[in-house]
Order: sequence, then C-alpha cells, then structure tokens
Amino acid sequence: MATTIEPAAQRYVDELAAVWAERKGVLGWLTTVDHKRIGIMYFFTSLAMFACGGVEAMLIRTQLIGPNGHVLSPAAYDEVFTMHGITMIFLFVIPMTTGAFGNYLLPLMIGARDMAFPRMNALSYWIYLGSGIFMYFALATGHAPNAGWFDYVPLASKQYDPGNNIDFYGYGLIFNGIASTMTSINIIVTVFKLRAPGMSLNRMPLFCYAFIAASVALLFALPVLSLACVFLELDRELGFQFYVAAKGGDPLLWQNLFWIFGHPEVYIIILPAFGIATAIIPTFTERKMVFFPLVALSEILVAFLGFGVWVHHMFTVGFATATYIYYAAASLIITIPSAVQLFAWITTILTGTPRFKTPMLWIIGFIVYFILGGLSGITLAAIPFDTQVHDSYYVVAHFHLVIFGAAVFPILGGMYFWFPKLTGRMYHERLGKLSFWLTFLGTFVLFMPMHIVGILGMPRRNYTYPAHVGWTLLNFIETIGGYITAAGLVLVVLNLAHSMRHGEPSGNDPWGGDTLEWSTTSPPPPYNYPVIPTVSSPYAMWDTEDRERDNRRLARGEGLLPVGHRTPTSTAQDADIDEIASMPSSSPWPPLVALSLFGVFAMLLLDHYWIVVGFLAVLLLTVLGWHQGAAAHARAHEVVPAPETGTPHE
Amino acid sequence: MRKRSWWRPRAWRFGAAALVCIGLTGCSRQSILSDHSKVTHDIGLLWWWMLGAAVIVFFGAVLLLVVAFLKRRVPGLPILGEREPVAQGMVLVFGIAVPLVALVVLFAFSDVYLENVTAAPAADTTSMTIDVIGHQWWWEVRYDGGRAITANEIHIPVRTRVNVVVTTADVIHSFWVPALNGKIDMIPGRRNHELLDASQPGVYRGQCSQYCGLQHAHMAFLVYAQPMAKFRAWLANQERPAINPTGAAAIRGKADFMNDQCASCHLIAGTQAQGYIGPALTHLATRSTLASNTIPNTPTWLARWIHDPQAIKPGDRMPDLGIPPRQIRDIVAYLDELK
Repeated sequence: MATTIEPAAQRYVDELAAVWAERKGVLGWLTTVDHKRIGIMYFFTSLAMFACGGVEAMLIRTQLIGPNGHVLSPAAYDEVFTMHGITMIFLFVIPMTTGAFGNYLLPLMIGARDMAFPRMNALSYWIYLGSGIFMYFALATGHAPNAGWFDYVPLASKQYDPGNNIDFYGYGLIFNGIASTMTSINIIVTVFKLRAPGMSLNRMPLFCYAFIAASVALLFALPVLSLACVFLELDRELGFQFYVAAKGGDPLLWQNLFWIFGHPEVYIIILPAFGIATAIIPTFTERKMVFFPLVALSEILVAFLGFGVWVHHMFTVGFATATYIYYAAASLIITIPSAVQLFAWITTILTGTPRFKTPMLWIIGFIVYFILGGLSGITLAAIPFDTQVHDSYYVVAHFHLVIFGAAVFPILGGMYFWFPKLTGRMYHERLGKLSFWLTFLGTFVLFMPMHIVGILGMPRRNYTYPAHVGWTLLNFIETIGGYITAAGLVLVVLNLAHSMRHGEPSGNDPWGGDTLEWSTTSPPPPYNYPVIPTVSSPYAMWDTEDRERDNRRLARGEGLLPVGHRTPTSTAQDADIDEIASMPSSSPWPPLVALSLFGVFAMLLLDHYWIVVGFLAVLLLTVLGWHQGAAAHARAHEVVPAPETGTPHE
Repeated sequence: MRKRSWWRPRAWRFGAAALVCIGLTGCSRQSILSDHSKVTHDIGLLWWWMLGAAVIVFFGAVLLLVVAFLKRRVPGLPILGEREPVAQGMVLVFGIAVPLVALVVLFAFSDVYLENVTAAPAADTTSMTIDVIGHQWWWEVRYDGGRAITANEIHIPVRTRVNVVVTTADVIHSFWVPALNGKIDMIPGRRNHELLDASQPGVYRGQCSQYCGLQHAHMAFLVYAQPMAKFRAWLANQERPAINPTGAAAIRGKADFMNDQCASCHLIAGTQAQGYIGPALTHLATRSTLASNTIPNTPTWLARWIHDPQAIKPGDRMPDLGIPPRQIRDIVAYLDELK
C-alpha cells in the first residue's frame, strides 16, 4: 500500500481496524474465528503432532538399527508404529495442509476477508485438537491403538484385542473425521463463493484448484471411514457381526471400506502439496505455469480417479484375476495426470529463469522424490510383482517417498515460502539451504535401501528381525538416514523459530509472488484487505495495473465495507458480486461444543452410556447457545443485498 | 592411526563389493530374486525390465532439472520450449504420450499375460495338495487331509506342481516364500490357494507378511524342496504315529508330558496328547528349528523354550508352566526321540 491515503479513507481504514480488532490474550485465541489465527493454531498443533510422529519414527528406526533390538517391547513397538501412521496422516498432514495452509492462505489468495463459515472453522480446530488429545491420552496411558493404522479385523476385534486400544482408534477417528469434514466443507464453499470480484474459475490460482480437489475427495472419502469405524465399534461393543466370518460377516468388508477411504486419502495428502508446488514454482521461475488448464484438470482428475483404485491394496487377498486386472489398469491410468503435472512443473522451471532459494529447493526435492516414488508406485501396479513385494519394506519405501518426500517436502518449502507473510520477517537463507540438503540426503539414505531390503524379503511391521537373513547392514544404513533426516527437520524448526523474532524485516512481497496474498501487509491485518481487490488473471499480483487501481480505490475510500464484519460473496463460476455477507465475530461456543463432543466420545470409550446421554444433552445446550448468538447477530447485521463496492472493472 | 584405515581405497572397495553382493545377488535366504521357480524367474525378469525403464525415466527427468540449473550459468545455451506451444508440446509428449505407451506395454505384459501365468493354479493342474493353516504365531501343515500333521516346516517334492491351500485359525496371516512365489493371504472364511513349484532342491525361508499381532516378527517357516524319493520317505515317516520312548529319561519325560499341561495344547499322534492349540510334536526331532523358525531345535534351546517361552517370544500363546528343571530334562529327552 504504497500510495498515500486520503484522510477520509484513513478514517475508513481505522474504522475497519476497530471493527475487526481481535481480543487480546488467551481468551482472544479461545474465542477467535479469524481464519489466520485458526490457521496459526492449526499450524502449531499439527507441527507438535509432526514432532510426536517423528519421535515415533525414530523409535522404530532405533529398534531396527540391528537385529534382535531391545529398545521397545513387542507391545510397545506395535503401539508406536500404529500411532506413527495415525499421527502422520490424521493428526499431521491433513490438518497441516487443509487446516493450516488452507485456512491461512485460501481466503488471502482469493481476496476474501475470512472463511465462509468462521465459527465452524473454529469448531473444526477445537475438535481436531480434542481428537489429538484423545489419541495421545491413549499412548500416554499405554492403551494406544496397536493393530496398525489400517486396523485389520479380526486382529482388531474384541476377541484378539480385548483392551481399549482399538476403541481409541474407532472413536478417535470418527471424532477426528468431524473436524476434517467441516474443514473441507468450509474450503469448498469459501473457494466457490468468496472469490474476489473478477476471479472467475479460469482466473483462480492452481493452489485453490488443488485444495478444492483435496477437500471434495476428503468430503466423499471420510464418511466411508467413519462408517467402517461405526461397524467396528458395533462389533466390538454390542456384539454385531459385520466383520465376523464365522457368523456370516466378512473381514474383507473392513478392508474394502478402509481402502475406499484409504486410497483417496493418499491423494488428499499429496494434492495440497501439488498446490504448494504450483504456487512456489511460478514465483521462483518468474514465469506462468505451462499449460494452466491441463494442470488444473489433472489436479481434479487425480482426486476423481483416486476413488477407483482401492483394490490395489488387496492384490493378495485372493479375489478373481479379472477384478485385479481392472484395478491394476485404473491404478496405471492415474499415472497420466500425475505425469502431466510433473512435466508441467519441470517444463516451467526449464523455460523460466529459476532462482534456487530455499523454498524452491524443497520443490526440487519434491519433484525428485515424486518421480522416484511414482516410479516405484507404477511397479506395484504390476500384479505379479506386487504379490512379491506387497507388505514388504519395498512398499514402505514407495509410500514414504511419496508421502514424506513428495507430500511433506512442499509443506516444508511452503513454511519457508510464506514465513515472511506470516511474520513479516525473513528466515535465515543459508541455514534454510542446509536444512534442505540434510533432509534431502537423509531421506535418500533412509528410504532408498528399503527398496532393496524389501526385495530381499523383509516384511513390514516386524518389531525385530534375525541376524542371519541378510538385512542387517541395510537396516543400519536406513536408521542413520533417519537420524540425518531428523537433524534436517530440527534445523527447519530452529531456523523458523529463531527468525520469528530475529529475522530481517521482509516487507510485503519479498519474492515477487504471483498471487494476491503478497499484496497485503505482512502479517496481514485481521480484515486481510482494506479494499476488496479485483482480479483479471490467475497471477493477480503480476497484474500491476489491477493492484495500482486497488491502491487508488483505497485512497478514495472505495470498496472498504467498513461497517461490521463484511465480505462480498460472488457467483460460483464467474465471481461476479452476489451480495455482501455479514460475517460473525469472536464466539465462545465452538470450543464449548468441541468440549462436550469430547465428553461424548470419552464416555463412549469408557462404556458409560448414561453419561454419554448426559454429554449429548450438554452438546445440545451448547448448540442452542450458539444458535441464540447467531440469531442475535443476524438481527444486528442483516445481509446487504446490493453491491456497494462498485463494479469489478471501472 | 588405525582408525584411518577405513578411509583407504581398499576398504571402500570391500565395502562397495559387500553392498553389491548383499543388495543384488540375493545372498539373502529370502530374496525375491533368487530364481528358484518359474514364477519367481518371470517376476524377477519383470523387475529388472521395470528397473531399467525407471532408471531411464528418472535420469531423463533429472537431466532436465540439471539443464534448468546450468542455464543460469551458461547464457548461450539453446533452450527448448521458449515459445509456449513448444513448452506445451513437451508436457503433452512427456506427460501423456510417452507414459501411455510405457504403461500399455507394462499392463499388457505384467497384468494380462504374466498375471494369468502366475495366478493361483487350477486344482486339476497340480499333482498334490498341502493345507497350511496360520495360527498366532506358527504354521500348521497338513498332508493328505490330515494323515500327516506337522508345523513350521513344509516339505515338497522338487519340480512338482504343489497346490498349497491356505486358511487361518484366528486372525489374518499371509503365506510368503519369496524364492518360490508371491504371497497369498490367509483370511477367516476363505480358502485361498497358491502354487509352489521349486525348480531345484533347496531350503527356502518363508515368513508371515500380514501383521498378525505381538509375535508377527517371529512367524517364519522353512520350505524343503527335495527329490521325489526323499520326499516320499519323509512323508511316510510323518504319517506314522509317534514312537514309544526307549531311554529311561525319555520314558519319564513322556509321562510328565502327558500329566503336565503340555498334552492339552499339543498333538503327539498315537498318544493321548491330542491338543490343537499348539504345533503338533509327533516328529518334532525331525525339525530343524523351534517356535516358528525362531531358535534352533537343539536340546539346550528346547529346554530353554519349555522353561521360559515368554523370554524368547514375549506374548506367545505358550505360557510359562513352571515345570521343574528335572522334568524339563526328561521332557526334552522324550521329544528328542520323536524322530
């Protein structure tokens, strides 16, 4: 906002600041509905979860550093590897991508002032936090889930796992799923309805396409998991027989349901990473993405096709060959949209003027590991080969290259990339590069030997292995790679934590970024943009005339919407202004609703069904309280039908 | 100064050679590339072709990134795709056309042709059937519908198509002998089957490859592929009931075995020990390992196992029975005679 602001306009900006001011202190954070604050809470919580999952990974690797390890007992090992999977997928990657990156960046990127449902947004965070506490309470008390994150029955049935361990899994995932479902609904509605005037679908950044694709997939995949968990708990608690073969049920029903969720889940994990890559690459190559429409289409196709391949997790259960051939073909086809995106990134880098700053390095690492993981994934669609390496360390190598190398690297790159936007400060560049190279090298040393050890016949999920089978040296190398990776990740956190206070001031746009968020201050004010921006291409920040016009409008005091928490809504396709929506401000109800839900699930777990009913009553009261507040709010600020921001194009 | 010798070239060459040996030639007893059956030969070939193609694709893509990196330093370098249509053409060629051809070839060869070759055999194409039943955490092996019952060791005649029918007594396990074939899951309510057809005699290690609980790590077994005559002799012996012990200690041991809780879980054919929970011990002395390929079958290890199984395999179904050492010696003497 370089231009001088007219005194009249300055008054409006002051009014905006007053209207959108956030309450200070702990209470402010507890009751906030600001997407940026919720995003930050998501960020730190999921980062803590990443640390927990990382410690679990290091325990696993330390146990396996040599044959006949004794770091963990068999029972502890089972809990740790199960929690590692659950943590990384449900408590780290999904909340980090949709919750932290999606929440913080999407409204900024589309020029909105908040998410579409700010209080539901807060609720989903508090529920997510509750589910994390729920699961980690299990680990702290030694009752963590212990049948793997895939939780196959009958191993997970009451007969073979009589404790509470699996109930923490069943109830915990249903609980957690509520949060993810709400986040995905919020993202979908926000991106479709709150885009800045002029940001029609073909002018929407690819980042938003990726998050839309992931959110839609999440919305359709999660109910299947929740249903599977409901069946599981009915079997365990009330003696139903959904999965009991001896009584007419089928353990393969669980496997089918789990992977109908589980495979789309893989793409839900990696799609936001694609989105981050497509946000970072144009900025650091000073070039628009090659083949924008095809890349957008590919992002959506990946999410769509991901629903049709789940049986490739079950190539060894003994289904008919014809069934398998279909799922192998479907799994191979999904290579095409992935390869399209891959070569669109590579071609963009090749034909642009790349600057290899830290965020870009993580994207290069991502591309390298995505190719490696993708190629090993293709080999797994060759059914005869898959029957050999299925459930061996070869598969562990494959999906860690994809989920860690390809999905987490862009998250880390994104942390560096948007760090100046969040804090207004710069990270330490040389340390950043060092952290990348350590992690990149460590990842290679950690996961590449796993392919070989898998081909040498080492099955997964073994708490130990004998000395005479020939796996010792490779496992030792892997563990060293694990330690190097961990050192790299610790360096990322140290770098960012130190720079948060001591980094150089970065200004609004240190990179020459291409999307709208770089046009506002760092960190952005609670209302994001004083003037609702207008957009005429997916690279809004590079349309300098548009941005200068925003400044002129600000100087004239146009398009500020300074009364109440207001943001314009727009038509889903063309992003013409639809109406001016009045947004809720801080509310104490989301954390209270989440707390009562926590009570419901905790008491379900402890089989105190009457207390469950009590907590349901409390839940009802909190929802009523929420509704009362909402009704009062609606009376105070009725929706303004006519646009008052002026037409998008003057 | 001695420490430094590690950095000498010779030490490196040795290390590299060791790595290549372990990594590629299949020194491991459980490698999928050990080529001991037609099926694993074909799958191994498939793997090498896929690896070759993958290496080409990987280095091709990395080369493009390297060019992008070098471009900054070498200004005169001609750059493909400066113009948008050329750049888009690269995406179409490398992102759609090339993968499509490669995937169709891979699909046709592996999933249509080879999958039909390696899929579970039709019953009438095999010359004998063995039932293998997964238990937490050991393998029950039955010949001729139960005329011979053994555990954790499977004997098959070499160059013979053997139909292995796999089921489970409890949770899901997965039957896998990497040197002979891919894996097949053992699932409650299902009877899956798989071909074992060893092309040369040998001892092949197999292991459970579906996570099945606390001792999933110690659920291995051995497959002995033998010439037909040797196999027949072995099977004939397995079909006989257990011999009566002759040594004084062994006679006492048999009585102890029957009177202690051993007999309630284990089967010894021809005696009143008819338990089904643990492995059959009718011819235990013919087996080379104990506790599902966890420890060697020697009198010392057997005594240790009976004394404290939970120390060797924590969580195992065999409890610490608190049998006095003298009785353990007798029981070991008895079991040692069960040839």
